[in-house]
Amino acid sequence: MGLVESGKTPKSLQTLLNMSRKYSLWVYQWGLACCALEMGAAFASPRYDVMRLGVIPLPASPRQADMVVVSGTVTDKMAPAIRRLYEQMPDPKYVISMGSCANCGGPYWDSYSVTKGVDQIIPVDVYVPGCPPRPEALLEGIVMLQERIQNEDMQERWVGEPIVVGS
Amino acid sequence: MTTQIPDLSEQEQLRYISQQAADARVNVEIETEGMTLNLGPQHPATHGTLRIIAKLDGEQVVAAEPVMGYMHRGYEKLAEVRTYPQVTTLVNRIDWVGSFANETPFILAAEKLMEVEAPPRAQYIRTILHEMSRIANVILGIGDMGVQVGAVTPIFFAFRDREYVLNQIEAVTGGRFHPNFDRIGGLKDDLPAGWIQNTKNAMEKVRDFCDQIEELMYGNEIFQARTRGIGIIPKDVGLAYGLSGVNIRGSGVDWDVRRDNMSPGLVYDQVDWKVWTHPDGDSYSRMWVRLQEVREGTKIVDQLLDQIPSGPIMAKVPRIIKVPAGEAYVETENPLGVMGYYVVSKGDLNPYRVKIRSASFNNVSITPWLLKGVYVPDIITILGSLYFILGDIDR
Repeated sequence: MGLVESGKTPKSLQTLLNMSRKYSLWVYQWGLACCALEMGAAFASPRYDVMRLGVIPLPASPRQADMVVVSGTVTDKMAPAIRRLYEQMPDPKYVISMGSCANCGGPYWDSYSVTKGVDQIIPVDVYVPGCPPRPEALLEGIVMLQERIQNEDMQERWVGEPIVVGS
Repeated sequence: MTTQIPDLSEQEQLRYISQQAADARVNVEIETEGMTLNLGPQHPATHGTLRIIAKLDGEQVVAAEPVMGYMHRGYEKLAEVRTYPQVTTLVNRIDWVGSFANETPFILAAEKLMEVEAPPRAQYIRTILHEMSRIANVILGIGDMGVQVGAVTPIFFAFRDREYVLNQIEAVTGGRFHPNFDRIGGLKDDLPAGWIQNTKNAMEKVRDFCDQIEELMYGNEIFQARTRGIGIIPKDVGLAYGLSGVNIRGSGVDWDVRRDNMSPGLVYDQVDWKVWTHPDGDSYSRMWVRLQEVREGTKIVDQLLDQIPSGPIMAKVPRIIKVPAGEAYVETENPLGVMGYYVVSKGDLNPYRVKIRSASFNNVSITPWLLKGVYVPDIITILGSLYFILGDIDR
């Protein structure tokens, strides 16, 4: 009869675990369209440096990543590749959908070749609206995701509702 | 989940067999087996989602095939169900790094059909914003080239100084990326107070960036070793593939739509500027012409800022825009090359047909020719020096 068998961790240990998880997020950048540039501005520019939040945007492969930022228009041709690489990420994994296109199709809502929202393919944790969202909006999305990770009970993952930044 | 294998036609079967044969071919001299390298669709060197299938023999590329369409959003079809002002919103997102430049040719084509001309003040501001979007675009291309050859500092510098230009675009249009500011017959708003002086300061910073990057990157031995004499495009081949913009000027062709075939509505003839070319045609010369182009752009902006006339910014245009029946083609020199819109109108609220000629599609179509015989690391630098945007290829 141990903690492992009962599936529960003491609260203090869980707080420590969650805190270390939230400040060492390795982000896999899925840059697709215009939003990729704003993601680049948030991740690689001196003005909106994301590493001060404890986010490392440089994993070499999705197998090393904790989180993926899908930024830009998801087309029907691209969708299988996204699904495939999401499946390669180790659990626990998180998804930020950045921009109107990844959220719901955006300005291409009536296009014949665009997937209307990446949440049709993979579960999304945080939606960041905007066309494209400013880098500050993406940073706020990351901070909200970190809050969620801090309060997360590992047993009850995926129960929570997705977050919408700015609502 | 099981994948269903579709019935192959005879031709497809033959193609499959020949591909397998190419994979299995053995180089007798040094006993290497052929292999297929799949670059992309998600690769930092491809500026988005271009996929390159390269057949290798050892370290050398035997054949390379670009696969596009991962970013196809159907602009030409969508434009048929949007009204003219709505199309501007849409076409902003074709070349997403220099957005304002995408609007200009479409608006000019619509103005040509309606026989409206923007007031002089609007023409000047339009040209300034067109040049500023070129600066914002090409700066990033230069910084990105640094990443392709293994130096990360240039991209930090590029993002830092690009923000100054974006701030100015945002101050006048309200959007960092997608201004949607151009209107048929003029512009949406006038300039805010103090904008002219702030823009001059920003241009000064861009020139500083150019000097800095010239010493840091262009003078670097590694950069020169990776780009000099690699990816050479001869003049005639480049013209045959329909290259345009910097990629053809880097091969020594002195051709610039801004100077040679300027459409009315832009005021490039009012300023003193130069078209830069480089005779070599390799990766280095393309990047060198890009750098000079940024410098020249800042000069154009500075001169235009001094000469902006006063007056209205909007011509007399009906509130509900109906474009009379007819056809018009207008092309401008965009950051990536020549971009043109062929607009067919039947007198309705929305265009009957819009054909978009975007520069990157032609610029990338040369890759099978260009990548044949190069080594694997050079694929990255050649793609970086061609500098394409995926939205501009697939549309």
